[in-house]
Amino acid sequence: MTPDIAWPRNDYSRVPFRLHHDEEIYALEMERIFRGPAWSYLCLEAELPNPNDFRTTWVGDTPVVVTRDKTGALHAFVNRCSHRGAMIVRELRGNANRLVCLYHRWCYSHAGELTGLPFRQGLKGEGGMPKDFDMKSNSPRKMKVQSLSGMIFGTFQPERAEPLEKYLGEFGVGIVKRFLNRPIKILGYSRQKIHGNWKLYAENLRDTYHASLLHEFFVTYGVDRATQKGGVKMDGRHRHNMNHAFAASDTQEDAKKAYADTAARLDRMQLKDQKLLSFRNEFPDGMNLAAPTLFPNALLIQINNSLGTRQIRPKGVDAHEVFQTLFAYADDDEAMVRHRLLSANLVGPAGFVSMEDGEAIEVVQRATAAERDGACAVIEMGGRGAVKDETHRVTESPIRGFWSYWAELMGVEAPGGIK
Amino acid sequence: MNGAISVSPDIRNILTGLMAEYAMAIDEDRLEDWVELFDERCDYRVVTRENVEQGLPNVLMWCDNKDMLRDRVDSYRNVNEYNLHYDRHILGPLVFRSNENSVWSFDVAYSLFQTTLEGESRLFSVGRYAVEAVFKDNRPLLKAVKVIADTGLIPSLLATPI
Repeated sequence: MTPDIAWPRNDYSRVPFRLHHDEEIYALEMERIFRGPAWSYLCLEAELPNPNDFRTTWVGDTPVVVTRDKTGALHAFVNRCSHRGAMIVRELRGNANRLVCLYHRWCYSHAGELTGLPFRQGLKGEGGMPKDFDMKSNSPRKMKVQSLSGMIFGTFQPERAEPLEKYLGEFGVGIVKRFLNRPIKILGYSRQKIHGNWKLYAENLRDTYHASLLHEFFVTYGVDRATQKGGVKMDGRHRHNMNHAFAASDTQEDAKKAYADTAARLDRMQLKDQKLLSFRNEFPDGMNLAAPTLFPNALLIQINNSLGTRQIRPKGVDAHEVFQTLFAYADDDEAMVRHRLLSANLVGPAGFVSMEDGEAIEVVQRATAAERDGACAVIEMGGRGAVKDETHRVTESPIRGFWSYWAELMGVEAPGGIK
Repeated sequence: MNGAISVSPDIRNILTGLMAEYAMAIDEDRLEDWVELFDERCDYRVVTRENVEQGLPNVLMWCDNKDMLRDRVDSYRNVNEYNLHYDRHILGPLVFRSNENSVWSFDVAYSLFQTTLEGESRLFSVGRYAVEAVFKDNRPLLKAVKVIADTGLIPSLLATPI
């Protein structure tokens, strides 16, 4: 059943708040987006370096196990025993010859095939499974899996999905290759539970307008200001987006004029230990801030020299987990790894330039919870109508691109809706 | 982790008092006082048990000297926005691990509750401090505090220190 959404405008510059609170919409998102033809980010190949490695993750609210089999091939399937529904793999990660459900010890291969179950033939001629029980058709639902430069994506509906490279577009493929330009090593994880709908986080990531206003640390200490050169880039369908900025491309005077309210602080506030702000340019493009989002659940993030991925894990209509994986390059020396870890003070749940997002999203969720009469978010910064790339950052139009593609997958597009 | 060692009641009392003040300074929003419990050369970091058990070095917060602690507090006071709340730490007894080169090493279990301005409390974080303390001019000072949080899934966000 498709819900009726009264879009006030066909350019998605008005978005009803109820879309963040409606249980029916949430259930449909899980089905039509996360278990639909979208490519979701699963994990990194560096997390499954060896044959027989496995790792658990989430695609929407579906538990998924990602594996590397003994030949080195990658697989992903629903982490749920086809017998009575127990989670097959309970650990976060590991290495095993086969995956065994604890409940009745049903066994699965790394490709997600049911390979054996105890007492299948019964005991002493009694009991057991029917003779015609088909193991293959009783295996968990599989995803089609593809790695791009070591970033693993999967889709539940490969027959409807575009090829991954086409789905990500030239822009998406290029940006994944930029971040994963050589072998990496995992530095670790952070997790944050934000009590707001997952789409509020997706919006936040496509909103370059908020960055230097909400995250005042950026402006105060000159890490990032809207006066720097930068902009927003998208794929052709406007579902993926990258906010970005170039290091040291504005002046203190530009910034003071633009940020009148905080101008007084620009001279007064100084970090006592400046190393937190030090940036070693390591990419040919010179960007010190790049935050490409890949619909529906992925973000790559560079803030100075801290590098990572984030995966959005919806946890019911009113909460989501942000799962962040920080990495270094395998050829980084000890000093560079230390520098990246110190730069990690900027990002994550306690990050100087990210902690505010959790609060901003939660206060939106709280303030809109009771909204049932069609009240909408106003999304006009950067203009109305068609969505396009910009070489400035006074815009939030990629949010409209997100909603346009969301509406397409959900089957609820506005009449004559922009793409 | 080593087994526990025994220490004199005096040492235990003094360092228990240091940790009590550590917790109370945060809970009473005296973050500047909290910073002063550290030696100039110090290390404060918040890590999660999930990372520690996998041997991964990731930090949620890392100050490798006292100036970085001062910067954190300055930034909270003047720059950052976060959920408005009260903190309340409940600490367990100190479990002493070693006393080498005049550095006392001990562990303390903690739980940290947060309460909103409207009075609703929740468990925010539970875990353990791995602490190194020294005495300078008969005054106890913190050399290192490693917060190893069992609560790896940070509720909302982490601003004020644990």
